[in-house]
Amino acid sequence: MEIEISEKAIDCWERLSAFENAHPELSGSHGASVVFAGRMRDFNEDESVTAMHLEHYAGMSEKYLTKIVQRAVDEWSLMDVLVLHRVGEIKPADTIVVVAVWSAHRAHAYAANQFIMEALKSKAPFWKKETLLDGEVRWVDKNTPGTV
Amino acid sequence: MSIEVKFFASLRERVGKSADRLDAKSVKTVLEVWQQTVGESSLDTNILASVNMEYVDAAHAVCDGDEVAFFPPVTGG
Repeated sequence: MEIEISEKAIDCWERLSAFENAHPELSGSHGASVVFAGRMRDFNEDESVTAMHLEHYAGMSEKYLTKIVQRAVDEWSLMDVLVLHRVGEIKPADTIVVVAVWSAHRAHAYAANQFIMEALKSKAPFWKKETLLDGEVRWVDKNTPGTV
Repeated sequence: MSIEVKFFASLRERVGKSADRLDAKSVKTVLEVWQQTVGESSLDTNILASVNMEYVDAAHAVCDGDEVAFFPPVTGG
């Protein structure tokens, strides 16, 4: 498993390709990979958003991502997990988060990916502060629901 | 010996500081850490607390060397 929190921009597909190339044991043995890529929208709650700052509690954020991924590994049959999370200054369309799981079968891959993402949203200590078109700056006080 | 206290995000801006330090002998619980560092008697249920990077409730005991943090609901991902 690999977990990374970084201020560097995330090229989602390049990172997934690199991860699979670095883990040749996945080739041919996994039947399902599920990838969630979270991107920054240019709108939120009917306002245009031009930039975002992502703060985190360094140390606790890594600790909770690790705990969440370990719970998923314990609960479902997973071959590997990759979680990437951006912090710092972010622009619309930038990738904020990537959760990717590899499993022999899709049921485990789907379930584990959703669990990791929803647990990350509710437990990992990250906070978004967005800048609106008119220059106003505001903290995001809640996430959108993860279910329809 | 002391307890290190951290504040994050909108709560950091509201209380006007990102960190503080308390004498461990002066506090027994997370709530008392909040009261002594922020000067408010109650800890709003909308404020999350951690001790040594684990979520805890306000009644959780603290001891020398602990790192206590207060922050708003998380909004990552």
